[in-house]
Order: sequence, then C-alpha cells, then structure tokens
Amino acid sequence: MRIGVLDLQGAVREHMHALEEAGAEPRSVKRPADLAGLDGIVIPGGESTTIGMLLDEYGLRAPLSDGIPVMGTCAGMILMANRLAEGEQPLLGLMDMEVARNAFGRQRESFETDVAVRGLGGEPVPAVFIRAPYATRLGAGVELLAELDGRIVAARQGPYLALAFHPELTADRRLHRYFIEEVARSG
Amino acid sequence: MAEGTFRVKAGLAEMLKGGVIMDVTTPEQAVIAERAGAVSVMALERVPADIRAAGGVARMADPAIIKEIMAAVTIPVMAKARIGHFVEAQILEALGVDYIDESEVLTPADELYHIDKHQFKVPFVCGARNLGEALRRIAEGAAMIRTKGEPGTGNIVEAVRHIRVVHAEIRRVVSAPEEELPSLAKELGAPLELVRQVKTMGRLPVVNFSAGGVATPADAALMMQLGCDGIFVGSGVFKSKDPEARARAIVRATTHFRDPEVLAEVSGSLGEAMAGIEISRLGPGDRMQERGW
Repeated sequence: MRIGVLDLQGAVREHMHALEEAGAEPRSVKRPADLAGLDGIVIPGGESTTIGMLLDEYGLRAPLSDGIPVMGTCAGMILMANRLAEGEQPLLGLMDMEVARNAFGRQRESFETDVAVRGLGGEPVPAVFIRAPYATRLGAGVELLAELDGRIVAARQGPYLALAFHPELTADRRLHRYFIEEVARSG
Repeated sequence: MAEGTFRVKAGLAEMLKGGVIMDVTTPEQAVIAERAGAVSVMALERVPADIRAAGGVARMADPAIIKEIMAAVTIPVMAKARIGHFVEAQILEALGVDYIDESEVLTPADELYHIDKHQFKVPFVCGARNLGEALRRIAEGAAMIRTKGEPGTGNIVEAVRHIRVVHAEIRRVVSAPEEELPSLAKELGAPLELVRQVKTMGRLPVVNFSAGGVATPADAALMMQLGCDGIFVGSGVFKSKDPEARARAIVRATTHFRDPEVLAEVSGSLGEAMAGIEISRLGPGDRMQERGW
C-alpha cells in the first residue's frame, strides 16, 4: 500500500516513519501530481489554518475530496470536518462532523493518556493531545470510535478516519495499521 | 492523564515544523501574521531591530499586550523571557502562553545559569550556536532549539554559520565510535546521555528552527534546504515595506523550499526588505548571539 502524507506543514516526518513501521510505503505530498498511485493519505497535525490555506492555493482541495481514503490527526481532524463549533476557516468537509478547535485548552493544558478505540482490540492506545480539538457533533453516517470524558476523540465515516490526538508521537502502530489495512483497503 | 510531559512539550514543536513563527508587537500584527499562514506568533514589545536601535535593558513584554495578542489569534502564542529570569517565565506560564523563548534578544538576567526549564509545564525554546550549547539547553529542559543567527540584522550569514556548525558537529558524533563519546561529550560541554542520543538519531533530539537574520523568502528556503525544521522571522516581516505580502511569501517559500519555480513566483514584487546590517560593523557588545553559553 502506498500512503501519502500531506507535506505542507506539521508532523510529516513522524507519520512517514509510523506508516513505514506499519507496513506501508510512505510518500510526501506537496502538489496534486504527488497523489498519483496513492492508496490513501494522512493529513498530519500542524496548524489547521496554515494547512487549509496552503492546500487551497496549491490545488489540493479537489483531489483530496474525490474519495481517496484519508486519516487526519489533530489539525487533520479539523480539516476533515464539515463545520466548526466556532470561527471560520477553510475546511475539506469530508465528514459529517462538527469540531471544536483547541477544545481541551492551550499548551499548558495539553496531556497524554490512554484511549480505548472501538474495533481496534486489545489494550487502549497511548494518545498525545496537543492543543487538541474534539468533535462536538457527528452526523448519522459517522461511527464514533473513541470518547474521552464524554468528548469524541476518534470517528470514522467510510474511507475517512479522524483522530483528535497524535498516534504518530508514540510507538504504538495499531491505528496506522488499522488505517492501512481496514480503512484504506475498503476505500 | 499526564500534563506537561516532555513528549507533550516537544510534541507542539513537532506540529510547528515546516512553518513560520513571526515576531509581532500588536494584536493587529498578530492577525496579519495568522492570515498570512504563520503557525505561531512571538509576542514582544519591540522587534529585535528596534531593541538594537533603542539600547538599554530589554525585558519580557507587558502581560497586557501578550494577553491581547493571545485573544486576537487562534494559533499558538510564544513570548520571550530573559536568560535566567525564571520569574518572568513563571509570569508567562501563568498567562498561559504556549511556548516560552528564553532569549538572547532580551538582556540576560543571570550571567551564570539559564532557567531550570524542567520546573515548568509550558515548553521552552532556546537559542544555540553549536551542538554543545543546544544539548546543554535540552539538558536544562528545552523542548525546542533555534539556531541563534544574529537577531535584528536582516543578515542571514550568522544563521547559516550556526546551522553548518551544528550539523558538522552532529556528523562528527555520528561517525565517532562509542569509546570516543565520553571525551567528545566533554569537549562539547554536553551530557554524555544526550550525545549518545544524537548518535542514535543522527540529529538533534528535538526540533530545530532557524532564527536571527531571515529577511526574504529565499533566506527562509535557504535555511530549510540547509536542514532546519522551520523558521523564526523577527524583524524581517514588520520592518519591511509590505509586511502582509512578505509574510505570505515567506510562508509559501518555507513550504515549497525545494521548488525554485514557487520561490521565483513568491519572491517578486514584495517591496523593499528590511534594511540589513553588515555583521563586521557590530561592536562586540552588540552581538546578541554571544549572550548565553
């Protein structure tokens, strides 16, 4: 499986490394031409305002919205949503989901913990939350995968997997494998 | 649930990679920076070029200004504390800034010791001119490094020198056999454990941005091609003729740093860059990079 990592800004290197460990061939994606032959793409953590602006300017909105499987972490989750609880910025709107930005607080309130993810089996996954968002509403077709104190931190809709936290900053590769083997394969 | 762990602190720096962090002195400038695509802003009272011109003692910015800037944007906000001034750092943490820069741009408060950064939940970024200095700061708890360059000059030469020195020293560590590491650590003035980590990873154990001299999109792309993880722009944006256009161009050049066509396109029609200073014209006391050790 060839999986791209959107390489406009953010934790690109960590996702490339995690994908490789999980058994995929990672590719950097900066321009639309880089998407040729990919089986899926990861939108990494970073600043969603910056990434959203740059993907529009460099012609990536349409090719990212034509059904290619997507895993988004943190900023990626925000960009995959179709509405924000507050504020306005460019979104891809891939999932029927409302997201609140910086919803757990600023950096001082950022944390790591373990999160039980439905369908993953085994122990909860270690999860790093950095100025993280969470989903405040899911549409009828969206499957809730994980909650933390009643806040939605992982969700899936068909070929789209959205995570509020950063599995790429830990050594646990189950979520990347889940994306490669379950989500991207079905897409 | 664990707050303020090193992974959480260093993790925010990972998220800033490939991005541009801009010095701002007002909420209006912060909004311009955010709209141009900055990944973070550094809130301060004066940009380095003005600090240089004003002379005197440069201190942490007024908390009221920092709060206004935090309220104006949704991206992370950083602020500077003087080297060794741990009370300024405590105040910045209480304000809730997202990163503290223990910075040589301000007048040092302690000539012997830097801040014990392990005592804080908010992460720190520190300047370095070589590998030993970078590893000493990491040992003190810094979760992000920036090569110092020479702030407020609009002259990239010192930033280039510092990243080349850091990388040359990393190559030396990587190629050294295990039995030579203890004396190499002594020579660098760095903890052996961190020197071992550099050897294993083949790079600094935390994210390393470039600072001190970026004035044009080409400067930013140069530092990225030399292997920096991202860019700090101090005076380069808001001391130029058209800050908005220049800020946008530097962001795009940082993303597409290996694409000369994009660089050619964004570099045009930006108006005048900030006035630069030839480094040899600076007196010994004017070289901010020599603050800290």
